[in-house]
Amino acid sequence: MFMNDTPIKKERPLSPHLQIYKPQITSISSILHRLTGVALTLGLFLVTWGLIALADGRDSFEFFIDFCASTLGQIMLIGWSGAFFYHMCTGLRHFVLDAGFLYEKKNTAISGFAVIGIAIVLTLATWIYIYRAMIFGGATA
Amino acid sequence: MSNLLKWEKGGLKSPNARARGLGSAKSGVNHWMMQRITAVGNLILGLWLIYSLVTMASFTYTDAVLWISAPINAVFMMLFIITTFYHAVLGSQVVIEDYVHNEAFKIIKLLGQRLVFFAMAVACIFSILQVAL
Repeated sequence: MFMNDTPIKKERPLSPHLQIYKPQITSISSILHRLTGVALTLGLFLVTWGLIALADGRDSFEFFIDFCASTLGQIMLIGWSGAFFYHMCTGLRHFVLDAGFLYEKKNTAISGFAVIGIAIVLTLATWIYIYRAMIFGGATA
Repeated sequence: MSNLLKWEKGGLKSPNARARGLGSAKSGVNHWMMQRITAVGNLILGLWLIYSLVTMASFTYTDAVLWISAPINAVFMMLFIITTFYHAVLGSQVVIEDYVHNEAFKIIKLLGQRLVFFAMAVACIFSILQVAL
């Protein structure tokens, strides 16, 4: 060693340092893709609970269904379906990016907004279908 | 050899390593490829599950047992468990690698998430089989 043997501990910049970037549709869609992915992973705990409850018997399963039908359960399910549709749409956008398309600045922006719009429409359509009796009157599902 | 990337022309990689797609990550494009393959599975099976749940007449215990006892539903449900948990393991691995900077803590978390997700997936598949068979 030239000067001394203690290595200099330098604070290196860490990869996703969000605070210095101006939010743009490209970064927002990317962050939302990751956030919804984490949300969907948490949703797998609900899936696991449901399946184990079903195998455990009538009482356990009815407790699970009661939870899903509760306000908190419904909010979780709506959020989960929304996360699924968004993650699905950005995932499909990723396939298009993998194939080498949509890299034009304008196309990236359009597809980024389109993905958010389609996800909202799919989520609304799903829950309007589920709640249609409650919304429109008429026969129950 | 003209289609090689610039860094691959230097002779730093053996022809064998190049053929197997092994770079500095030592696992080639396996992570990337499996993420895409399970994504296609999730796309088909997730839409199938949402469609099945939305069009289900009721959610009584008897109906649920009947539904999952149908072989097509049991098989699709098990495939759904496999592709989603596999995809979740790959995705959360990337999240942990990006945000956990303490090396020891990172390894514990990576091992831990694999063990937890694997245990959950096995519990799910066992439950499906127990009800369906």
